[in-house]
Amino acid sequence: MALTLPTVRIFVPGDAAAVSVGADDVAAAFEAAGAQVVRNGSRGMLWLEPLVEIETDAARVGFANVTRDDVADLVEVVSRRSHSDLLDHRASIGVVDEHPWLTSQQRVSFARVGVVDPSSVADYEAHGGWAGLRRALSLSPGEVVQEVTESGLRGRGGAGFPAGIKWRTVLDTPSDLKFVACNFDEGDSGTFADRMVVEGDPFTLIEGMTITAHAVGAGEGYVYVRSEYPHAIAALRRAIDAAYTHGYLGADILGSGLSFDLHVRVGAGAYICGEESSMLESLEGRRGEVRAKPPIPAVKGLWERPTAVNNVLTTCAVPMILADGGAAYAELGTGRSRGTQVFQLAGNVRQGGIVELPFGVSLRELVEDYGGGTLSGRPVRAAQVGGPLGAYVPATGFDVALDYEAMAAAGAMLGHGGIVVFDDTVDMARMARFAMEFCSIESCGKCTPCRIGSTRGVETIDRIIAGKDVAANLVLLDDLCETLATGSLCAMGGLTPMPVLSAYKHFPEDFERHIEPHDIEQSGASR
Amino acid sequence: MTTASTTDRVALVRAIAAQHLSDRGALMPVLHDVMAELGHIAREDVEAIADVLNLSVAEVHGVVSFYHDFRTEPPAAHTVALCRGEACQSVGSQALYDATVARAESLGDGVEVAQVFCLGNCALGPSGTIDGRLHGRLSAQRLDSLTKEWH
Repeated sequence: MALTLPTVRIFVPGDAAAVSVGADDVAAAFEAAGAQVVRNGSRGMLWLEPLVEIETDAARVGFANVTRDDVADLVEVVSRRSHSDLLDHRASIGVVDEHPWLTSQQRVSFARVGVVDPSSVADYEAHGGWAGLRRALSLSPGEVVQEVTESGLRGRGGAGFPAGIKWRTVLDTPSDLKFVACNFDEGDSGTFADRMVVEGDPFTLIEGMTITAHAVGAGEGYVYVRSEYPHAIAALRRAIDAAYTHGYLGADILGSGLSFDLHVRVGAGAYICGEESSMLESLEGRRGEVRAKPPIPAVKGLWERPTAVNNVLTTCAVPMILADGGAAYAELGTGRSRGTQVFQLAGNVRQGGIVELPFGVSLRELVEDYGGGTLSGRPVRAAQVGGPLGAYVPATGFDVALDYEAMAAAGAMLGHGGIVVFDDTVDMARMARFAMEFCSIESCGKCTPCRIGSTRGVETIDRIIAGKDVAANLVLLDDLCETLATGSLCAMGGLTPMPVLSAYKHFPEDFERHIEPHDIEQSGASR
Repeated sequence: MTTASTTDRVALVRAIAAQHLSDRGALMPVLHDVMAELGHIAREDVEAIADVLNLSVAEVHGVVSFYHDFRTEPPAAHTVALCRGEACQSVGSQALYDATVARAESLGDGVEVAQVFCLGNCALGPSGTIDGRLHGRLSAQRLDSLTKEWH
């Protein structure tokens, strides 16, 4: 079987992670050689990026860590030889769909990411796209809400609130105007699933939002994207334009009578805008300051109207739930955590990327089996799960099952599914200090515990690190954390104690390094 | 960057704001457009935007000062922004950031070194942007080679 260049499609990811290690240069070199290049999303095996795939009649063969300098050689192999010769190439990782890192996963939200051409409506449809919307439009809004309720889908932004209950509230609240909003302000370090799904499969988000609009009776939707994601913003805007052109957005969608307009709004570098009420403030054109609840956004959200606010991954699960039925989705997972969770392996890890599995997989399996241990080759010391406000879990505690309830029972949280791995060189007192510093920089300033408490937290940990009145300052830190946890208006101040206290609980030696015996004796007096 | 006189600048800012008059919550899109067009948001821009959008100067100023992205001074000729998020810290970004700040001058004339919290490239850290372009697996050496044309 001879292959000639122009008839072969070559996939070079346009995903930001792939681009960050040279994918644009590789794509340009292939195009210069006359190849037909598709800028797909990333398969999520990020340590292999740029992962180039060459399509033959048989399958898509992958080539890892391709640089511009490898292109001439690959072009020659493609134009001259057969499928088996491609497989024998030194950079080949074999047929990508057969890669064990992928075949052991259960990809639902990421089923199309890396596979399809994210700029093509037709390719989306050929891979099962719009089936959920078509079925939803044949159902009444109440029936769609019922389907989502039965699926057991819970908010993937971190809070885990049942989506069906939220939608029901919006549907049942009478109003002249309702909105759908998608929280794409994915600011947690160690998380990138929202970004990757939008860059690699943007039509799923559009379809999910349109179904949501039908279910709750909204005519207008907003996607709030962080400004740090320019590739995702471009991919989403391009997809929205295409969806309008093909009648999947706008007036009378697919002849159903449903009208829905979708807008992209860009954040401006404020972490707090990932908190849903400050996101709503920002969308309305104000400072991203947290709102007091009640009223909840489902009753009074954007411009005081009922608003269905969902995270990207929550929204992207909706088309599949409608296409295959809520019951099919509910069959996946464990306990009250239904469906799959998209885990993101990040930080000091050898094989970082996207692992989508039913809830309940252990942290050890993810870090050791999928992650392959640390990038540095040193022993794993800890992992932070669930973003900057999530707990540090020591390597000895990695057998914990990753679902909402088991994590809560272990004093941790699943959050958005990000896992950041640290090796044994990490200083946990420094990481605790950073958690406080991050809170002090990113606090919206509305409530005192968060605004002032975080600054006092940095100062207190600085004294502990410097060995000044360590025992007394540890008591003070604990006290301060209680104030933040119980007195803050939102999760920013409320959860900052989680990384701080978990770091101290599991790694006290990092905090007590400078402690002296007389320090303990005097601690009562010096307070 | 446009080097327009103050009157031209105000006229341009007013025109940008007017384009968004029919948008709900127009202020953020307007500020982004002014940043893209003029590089920063000057005092007179705030007044012009407030006037066109029928907001108070205080409201507009409050929004400009809240968000890290909105700057009130012109940017340096070149910007290096390095991620200080936990994932990048786990692969040495703090040391890279500290060292880069310390030797910003050696990178070239008019270089600004900024911190950023997460670029969504957490499996390929340390991450950063160089004049807005995203790079992963950064090191002091890679930074030097990527900025060598600035001298």
